[in-house]
Amino acid sequence: MHPLVMIALVAAVTLFGRALPTWTLSLATIAASNALISLGIVVLARTGNVSFGQGLFFAAGGYGVALIANAWGLTDAVAQVIVGAACGGLLGLVIGPLIARYSGIFFGMLTLALSMVFYGALVKTTALGGSDGFNVGRPSLFGMSFTDPREADFMLYAVSVIVTGFAGIAATILFRSEFGLASLAVRENNLRVEYLGLSANRIVSINFAIAAVFAGASGAFALMAQRHIDPQFAYWTTSGEFVFVAVLAGNQSVAAVFVASMALELVRSFSNLYLPNTWQLVLGIFLLGVILFLPRGIGSLWIRDRRKRRTAADVPLAAERGAAS
Amino acid sequence: MNRFRRANRAAILASVAASFALVAPAAAQETFKLGIVTFLSGPAADSFGVPARNGAQFVIDQLNKGAAPSPYEKVGFGGIKVEPVIIDENGGATKQVQELRNLYQRDNVDVVLGYIGSGDCLAVAPIAEELKKMLVLMDCGTPRIFEDAKYNYVFRTAAHATMDNVGLIRYMKAKNIKMTTLSAINQDYAWGQDSRADFVAAAEQLYPGVKLQTDLLPKFGAGQYGTEISALVGAGSDVVYSSLWGGDLQAFVLQSAPRGLPKRSQLVFSAADHVLPPLGDKMPDGTIIGARGAYGLMSQKSPLNDWLFKGYEAANGVYPVQASYRMTQAILGLKAAVEKAMAKNGGKKPSTDEMVAAMTGLEWQTPGGLIQMKLADGHQAIQPIAFSRTKYNPDLKRVDLVDIQYFAAECVNPPPGVKAIDWIKGGMQGAKCD
Repeated sequence: MHPLVMIALVAAVTLFGRALPTWTLSLATIAASNALISLGIVVLARTGNVSFGQGLFFAAGGYGVALIANAWGLTDAVAQVIVGAACGGLLGLVIGPLIARYSGIFFGMLTLALSMVFYGALVKTTALGGSDGFNVGRPSLFGMSFTDPREADFMLYAVSVIVTGFAGIAATILFRSEFGLASLAVRENNLRVEYLGLSANRIVSINFAIAAVFAGASGAFALMAQRHIDPQFAYWTTSGEFVFVAVLAGNQSVAAVFVASMALELVRSFSNLYLPNTWQLVLGIFLLGVILFLPRGIGSLWIRDRRKRRTAADVPLAAERGAAS
Repeated sequence: MNRFRRANRAAILASVAASFALVAPAAAQETFKLGIVTFLSGPAADSFGVPARNGAQFVIDQLNKGAAPSPYEKVGFGGIKVEPVIIDENGGATKQVQELRNLYQRDNVDVVLGYIGSGDCLAVAPIAEELKKMLVLMDCGTPRIFEDAKYNYVFRTAAHATMDNVGLIRYMKAKNIKMTTLSAINQDYAWGQDSRADFVAAAEQLYPGVKLQTDLLPKFGAGQYGTEISALVGAGSDVVYSSLWGGDLQAFVLQSAPRGLPKRSQLVFSAADHVLPPLGDKMPDGTIIGARGAYGLMSQKSPLNDWLFKGYEAANGVYPVQASYRMTQAILGLKAAVEKAMAKNGGKKPSTDEMVAAMTGLEWQTPGGLIQMKLADGHQAIQPIAFSRTKYNPDLKRVDLVDIQYFAAECVNPPPGVKAIDWIKGGMQGAKCD
């Protein structure tokens, strides 16, 4: 798809928000924010590594934004996204090179461990509300504050859809670039990549930092949508959920990440309403169903077979990893 | 394979379409739609969430039949039947915020009532305020909700956690419990940390010079307390304080009794009535316990209390504990507010603003005593509390509670406008005890 078509698509989805009922707006905001972080996992997964600790950057972005908002009164939504992305990205730049030397299960476990260390530290920090967390004020946009709930929800929806959309376009361009193809090569055979004169560690580190930027921005959205942050942001189940979205989506289509994220939120919400005692079961059956009947993810519903040959090799890998989680 | 895939595709599209079809707003009908949020899964479900849900079902059922005693004999809320929408609180604050929005905006509930976790309460309160919808918090403990922020549409119909520990210290003082040394074991999350801080601060006021020896913060859900019990037995303090609850408390009691901890130290638990039915004779006699109110076996006799205690026991096979009482007092308070608003507006179903005005500063009778919305400009309740000692009754095969002492609401709760921890540290000025 041409990037201009994709930009038009983002604009159309944003405008479509005017027609959506109010409750769907906030649900879509959360879905877009989850899609953003899962997109980061897909970016990283192309190097053959799955991060089970994206909650670390998610929480870093969220806490960074929340602390700056409360200390200096920064309420602008776009500025908060940039702050969140910067917090996540900086942390990613520090951790990425250290962790890039590992791969496979060791990589996954190390990311998980780091996020749980952060979680433990946050729970102990009573100045930040400990496990209860703390609240922040509602966001504004370019000096406008929104008091009407629907307008406020639409503003957040629009910002999150546009940011996630552009992140998706950037990811698509990245996937097609030389660097993106080299990332795939790292997964296939990193020794050979090294012999070609490229640094596999460097490629993994850069992809890791990109994933961290996405996660930080996503943390900022989650914070803006719920006006409250607690250490749960860094907990392993939070990270696990993002990996699930990535598995549901498969790595064939960037749009699939958004669709998967939205589907997960809808299933969760309705099962919670109609089956309050067994909603986890419904969620589990849904995930199993997708893994069994769409092993290449929701994206395989509309990605044509001609691309199958190209990607067939990498998908079972991702599915296996997801099942193991 | 291809045909299968097409069938899958169709099935998925159909299910997505179906989920959108369900979204169509229901036609307005003359019921009072009440969203109820409580733990139906997770670690807090057995101890608090499910007793609260059972309490809600019993009370709403009775109200809709018009079977509740005076002054709640009117059907439903002022003649309007109550239609509960019950959802699970498990899943974290992010999910709760989303579900709260869904309840108000999609399911069009009139009021949302519930929440046990303090983190969930802190997260949902500002959202209800922004949506200008009424929210009744039922059980969560942290005083920060109304101390850190000011709300118009949010109410809490139970006292916050300060009285659990202030009352406990007052009880120990009244019963001449010796405490020159103290050890504590609390879970390492906000409830445990805050309870510990309140208890230690209150102890320093009423027991000046008390020495804090072993101060343990095992993680939430630890389940194994071998090391901690060794440390506590080793310290041999006069008193061992704990705010553990649910499965953690049960594990701690079961593991500490064989090691002789209850014989060495006086055990005091700030919130333990909910583990008495499962523990039975495993609960050491003479343990001092609180129930976060005058609840369950510590409740005072009244027609209202008999109605709840006996009715709930008949319906569920177990007597009601803290969470069932707190749910009951929240629903009865909302009923009182709705009926007060209807008396004012000529019997119509009241608007949110009319209900909010009626609820602010309200007082009402409940099975656990008189609830008064006295703090946070009439949005935060205070209530009386009771403490007691355990004594196993082999005839009834249950733990009885003896030496029960009641404390008036204003004896154990801070006055308006003072932060709870400052009030304790300032010597609990203005407390009105009999």
